[in-house]
Amino acid sequence: MYDVIIIGGGVIGTAAAYELTKYDLRVALFEKENDIATGTTKANSAIIHAGYDPVPGSLTARLNVRGNELAHEICKKLDVPFKETGSVVCAFGEEDDQTVKKLYDRGIQNGVPGLRILNKEEICALEPNISEEATSALYAPTAGVISPWEYALAFAETAVVNGLELHLNEKVTDIKENTVITEKGEYEAKYIVAAAGVNCAEIEGKVREPDYVLKANKGEYFLLDKSAFGIVNTVVFQCPNKNGKGVLVSPTVHGNIIVGPNAEGSSDKTDVSTTAQGLDFVRSAAYKSVPSLNLSANIRNFAGMRANTNNEDFIIRFVSPYFLSLAGIKSPGLASAPAIAEYVCELLKEAGLKMDKKQSFTDSRKVIRFKELSPEEKSEIIKKDPAYGRVICRCETITEGEINATFKTPIPPVSIDGVKRRCNAGMGRCQGGFCAPRVLDIIHKHTGIPKEKILKDKEGSYVLSGGAL
Amino acid sequence: MRDVIVIGGGPAGLAAAISARDNGAKSVLVIERDTCVGGILNQCIHNGFGLHRFKEELSGPEYASRFAGNLENIEVLTDTMVLEVTTDRVVRAVSREQGYMELKAKAIVLAMGCRERTRGAISIPGDRPAGVYTAGAAQRYLNIEGYMVGKNAVILGSGDIGLIMARRMTLEGAKVHACVELMPYSGGLTRNIVQCLNDFDIPLYLSHTITRIHGKNRVEGVTIAKVGPDRKPIAGTEFDIECDTVLLSVGLIPENELTRGAGIPIDRRTNGAYVYENMETLSEGIFACGNVVHVHDLVDYVSAESERAGAAAAKYALGEKASGKVITVENGEGVSYTVPQYIRPDNCDKKADLFFRVRNVYSNKCITVKNGEKTVASFKREHLAPGEMEHIIIPVSLMGDAEKLTVSVEEAE
Amino acid sequence: MANIVCIVCPKGCRLTVDEKTFEVTGNNCPRGAAYGKTELTFPTRVLTSTVKIENGEISRCPVRTNGAIPKGKMFEVMSALRKVTLVSPVKIGDVVIPNVCDTGIDVIATRNI
Repeated sequence: MYDVIIIGGGVIGTAAAYELTKYDLRVALFEKENDIATGTTKANSAIIHAGYDPVPGSLTARLNVRGNELAHEICKKLDVPFKETGSVVCAFGEEDDQTVKKLYDRGIQNGVPGLRILNKEEICALEPNISEEATSALYAPTAGVISPWEYALAFAETAVVNGLELHLNEKVTDIKENTVITEKGEYEAKYIVAAAGVNCAEIEGKVREPDYVLKANKGEYFLLDKSAFGIVNTVVFQCPNKNGKGVLVSPTVHGNIIVGPNAEGSSDKTDVSTTAQGLDFVRSAAYKSVPSLNLSANIRNFAGMRANTNNEDFIIRFVSPYFLSLAGIKSPGLASAPAIAEYVCELLKEAGLKMDKKQSFTDSRKVIRFKELSPEEKSEIIKKDPAYGRVICRCETITEGEINATFKTPIPPVSIDGVKRRCNAGMGRCQGGFCAPRVLDIIHKHTGIPKEKILKDKEGSYVLSGGAL
Repeated sequence: MRDVIVIGGGPAGLAAAISARDNGAKSVLVIERDTCVGGILNQCIHNGFGLHRFKEELSGPEYASRFAGNLENIEVLTDTMVLEVTTDRVVRAVSREQGYMELKAKAIVLAMGCRERTRGAISIPGDRPAGVYTAGAAQRYLNIEGYMVGKNAVILGSGDIGLIMARRMTLEGAKVHACVELMPYSGGLTRNIVQCLNDFDIPLYLSHTITRIHGKNRVEGVTIAKVGPDRKPIAGTEFDIECDTVLLSVGLIPENELTRGAGIPIDRRTNGAYVYENMETLSEGIFACGNVVHVHDLVDYVSAESERAGAAAAKYALGEKASGKVITVENGEGVSYTVPQYIRPDNCDKKADLFFRVRNVYSNKCITVKNGEKTVASFKREHLAPGEMEHIIIPVSLMGDAEKLTVSVEEAE
Repeated sequence: MANIVCIVCPKGCRLTVDEKTFEVTGNNCPRGAAYGKTELTFPTRVLTSTVKIENGEISRCPVRTNGAIPKGKMFEVMSALRKVTLVSPVKIGDVVIPNVCDTGIDVIATRNI
């Protein structure tokens, strides 16, 4: 009997696992894919929002602001790439100016620190490449950019270190009262916490008919080469208006520029393909904020699915005595993740779960990032382990030592993208063209998986499907 | 302090190093990131290399060995990655064996080559499954590692590597369904269309592109459409091909991260450093050659260019600096770039070699070099194509008092 | 008259070959004339591939036919190559298969491994 079973290994499920393993509880997490963070968590804008956007008084507003605060601490503790870049919401005209004012007021009510409305000169000083058409902007200094998958991995790895039982590749097929039934077995728990992202309605539906309607919504993006870095310094949003929420242009924590998303309702929540129309929309919308944006520096397009529902707010509540459903966790879900996790603990405690803090909880994690080391440190680490002297991913300067290290983490990778999510190998401008064969070799060495069986990402994504000669 | 450090041990770097040594440089070091020298030639097992230089048809590894076998008195560090180059000619590098190194040189030759453009560079919409590779990546898997990336392929782009891979995969038992080219002409050499596509009845779709990739985990197919003169897909012309692999041969980009990091000016037209007649960049004592300067179609030309760079680097290291007035070479009608971009007549041995590419396919045209309105030299060409690098030689005596020279494609008289 | 593209060098001359007399025009060199005739009468190609190699730093050794083989025999030669396993050391020019498939042409190694 588990105390808590979490369904879903995205940033919400893993944040909940991290929080729950602080207590003397037996916790398991079930994820249908072969790795953490393979759904919406790996395909979004990667923003830790400040919290001026949600309606005051809503659950989302509270959790966003609290989540932002927690992100600052947690990223330090767990060595997650995070940068407090600040954000601006740009207005282009009078109607937008009103929106900026409205967002400012909301932000104040939501308790967002440091908000300021910038005039044209101030915008130019902060963001010299923003369009001259900009009339005003809301500046939020606490907004930031993060590596979302590393955030989730940090939560999950720390949770595993602290006793989480992680079940990857194990899809939940049914739920009967307090029993979770998977492809591989049946597991009883005092409580079940569902953090199934875009599959929230499907999972909740195993308990009862959901009282909300899932309206999965796809967003497409461009990721630009590092040569484009510096075009904007903060997360540059547009004002939401009758034509949509607008697209953002933002630095990423890895030194790229991200541009997107559009918003397209989707009948197939598994369809994260990009489309010519979607990308065209993003392209032209982005030029509105940053006319000199060089989209030909694109290194990757991707799309992610939002778990939108007919309810603007997050939908977090018990739907049976055992089943706590976290539904409709769309943006700012990433920013809210650790606050949602705290809230989950509160709700479980209220429901009667005995929650005593563990005697010892490991609340730290350290990742060696070779390129960030000083010359002396580089020298030192290569002396200790010569593998740090061999650069495997030339675009991102990722060494064999760093890749080897991923296999010693609590959740070792099983695919080329798994390695990428853990140490950035293959994330650069050549998109693994150079390093993928070498990474494949290293995976083979560590796991013994025959090369033709090694995956790019999910099950079935064989890299060398033509086999050995 | 070494006389010359060459960054990159591919065909450009090796030729430059050998030439630097042969021109008097005492200490020459080649830094190569792979475990052996030869660069991309090691995986280019097809023949066709060396016809100009050695008057015989060699495979890539054979061509490389002609240089790799001539490295006496040249120090080579393999499995070593250069992290940074500075304009005061310090090279920072790491390797397993030597750890973190800081090396100084009197002259540096940049010979880092180029990399392939990827799916992202051309934003092909659709799913993002496994099975989409650059042709060069697939070539490495096949020719070095001995693995086939798939069994049913569609190739996007008719660059030479794509064409070569069409033949190679076919010979190894794969079915190559089509080669799809956006432009109305092929980007590769005509001989490769013949012996890599036509020989195996692989259709070439000119003025077509892939508009969508299908397949959640592994490629399951592609949608192809005809494109109009604006290179945009024409609605209604789409058709699907089932395949498990998409190979991309959609162009090469000089790999200039180190150059940029050093702050050496880069020409947007070539994506390589601006260079003078002797392949010196705008940063004194730093030279560049081969595909890192501009993408060549034949390695023979890379070798020749790199020898000039190596010789000039040796000369510089020995204390002889180039000087004198500078002529700017400008692109006229029909010319997309020239290398070099600057000529110092006083530093030329009676003539300057000029390499360039044209913007379109032309027949029976004239390449003219003008000083203002005055034609300085003209060269007849029966056939010109963007895929084929052109070479002209301009005698210094004809440059006269020119401040700039303009190269254009004009009607033949 | 047959219009073909010469493949003996990267230039790719457009040849016109008289199907009766095998007279070639459009060539810029004598090799082109010879190619034009051969291509119509008895087309040949140089074949390059790899074979398995043991104890080397890499597991495939590149090879090529040391001369042109009949175009129709390419797949037969490929099958023959699949049966070969070399053992390091191998030098450029080492004969991998002599007189492959009775073509009179040898397959040779093209890399020192």
